[in-house]
Amino acid sequence: MGIAPLSDAVSALVRDGDVVALEGFTHLIPHAAGHELIRQELRDLTLVRMTPDVVYDQLIGMGCARKLVFSWGGNPGVGSLHRLRDAVENGWPQPLEIEEHSHAGMAAAWAAGAANLPFGVLRGYRGGDLPGHTRVATIACPFTGEELAAVPAHRPDVGIVHAQRADRAGNVQLWGILGVQKEAVLASSRSIVTVEEVVDELTPVRGAIVLPSWVVDAVCVAPRGAHPSYAHGYYERDNDFYVAWDAISRDRDTFRAWMDENVLAAVPA
Amino acid sequence: MTSYTADEMMAVEAARRIEDGTVCFVGIGLPSLAANLARRTHAPGCVLVYESGTIGAKPEALPLSIGDGELAETADAVVSVPEMFAYWLQGGRIDVGFLGAAQIDRHGNLNSTVIGEYDAPTVRLPGGGGAPEIALGVDDVFVMLRHSTRAFVEELDFTTSLGDDVRVVVTDLGILEPVDGELTLVAVHPGVDPDAARDATGWDLKVASDLPETEPPTETELAALRSLRARTAA
Repeated sequence: MGIAPLSDAVSALVRDGDVVALEGFTHLIPHAAGHELIRQELRDLTLVRMTPDVVYDQLIGMGCARKLVFSWGGNPGVGSLHRLRDAVENGWPQPLEIEEHSHAGMAAAWAAGAANLPFGVLRGYRGGDLPGHTRVATIACPFTGEELAAVPAHRPDVGIVHAQRADRAGNVQLWGILGVQKEAVLASSRSIVTVEEVVDELTPVRGAIVLPSWVVDAVCVAPRGAHPSYAHGYYERDNDFYVAWDAISRDRDTFRAWMDENVLAAVPA
Repeated sequence: MTSYTADEMMAVEAARRIEDGTVCFVGIGLPSLAANLARRTHAPGCVLVYESGTIGAKPEALPLSIGDGELAETADAVVSVPEMFAYWLQGGRIDVGFLGAAQIDRHGNLNSTVIGEYDAPTVRLPGGGGAPEIALGVDDVFVMLRHSTRAFVEELDFTTSLGDDVRVVVTDLGILEPVDGELTLVAVHPGVDPDAARDATGWDLKVASDLPETEPPTETELAALRSLRARTAA
């Protein structure tokens, strides 16, 4: 689609029942895209992300998700995600199946997906109770016999990330903490990247990577599209909002009222 | 003497265990405070690694999240998350990992996953995150956890990470270290009655026969710690 409005990209590329990953490790979290999924009332999604935070809390609380694949589901530095907890503990607004991993396991599953391998391999998952509740297997190294953990690769239908900028041809440049964003795009069948701005030329930036236009289905301009997360070089993390979210999300009615006013009534990017 | 809080005592005691040059995998909260305090006092060469991919971060203020922008701006290197866990943690490059938890047992096993049954939880906690492989991948695990019978339990509701490499547990009451495979009270903070630690422990806590008091925070330590916190609040 090249450079397209976010609402068009979501309606063309995301379907009910899809496996969708909105990745971002604290930095560059695609909030604007998440809000568009909510506005378009997508349902029965399997949401994948290492660190589901506020935008996944919102998607879950608005009834978009049937399953969550994750490794740490909290509000960083603040506490619990109350909508996630309400779904897991009380089935509100609907039951939420969970597939839980460790960070190392999720990271290996992302790298395997990007590499078109069926599983990721790591020295992990040993001894604790998690292997009894998730999809992990033990394999033997064919050369030494060492026992290792195998996790199924992530291969979402749609990968969605946020980046600092793109050029007019749709090449995407991002820098700062990069998380698993490159892997999420490369592992997914379809991908959407929201950006702060489109520029004439992607000048070099220390530590930056480029996702070529031909691995991205749609680039959508969404200024401040990561807020309350941040975009390195553009705006800082809104730590006050993360703290405020604790009270907003604790109560179902307060949450719904906030979503009605700030997401459903908002004009899409 | 200047008065200090229990959290300050915990941060100071944890910081004292970080040697100059130690590579530390740091989480948010008290571990981040402790590691940054060590870097500003006796261990300027210690290397702070946050799981967001920042290696050698030198923040002026304490981050709220492990991925705050200042960590990337001040880091020697910023790597992707798969690289962090595969090359750096699993690669054996990290000396010390800090962990917290909701529950700990006498063997140093930790639960940060769930209270109650996994499939029908009383409290669904955020989950293990990096903890399972940090506990396996570093040489020494340092645990920081406030003492209470809710946290120090006879039996974990869920085992998130293993205690094999836990070398010390710093609490608000004292210091526990493994002795013959069981966490034992080996020091108390100034003025703490060891019975208070026993009462706040859900198993029959063993107490070392020789039980020293930890040194209270020095003026230098307190000044460094408070200046870090002041910059964070600003």
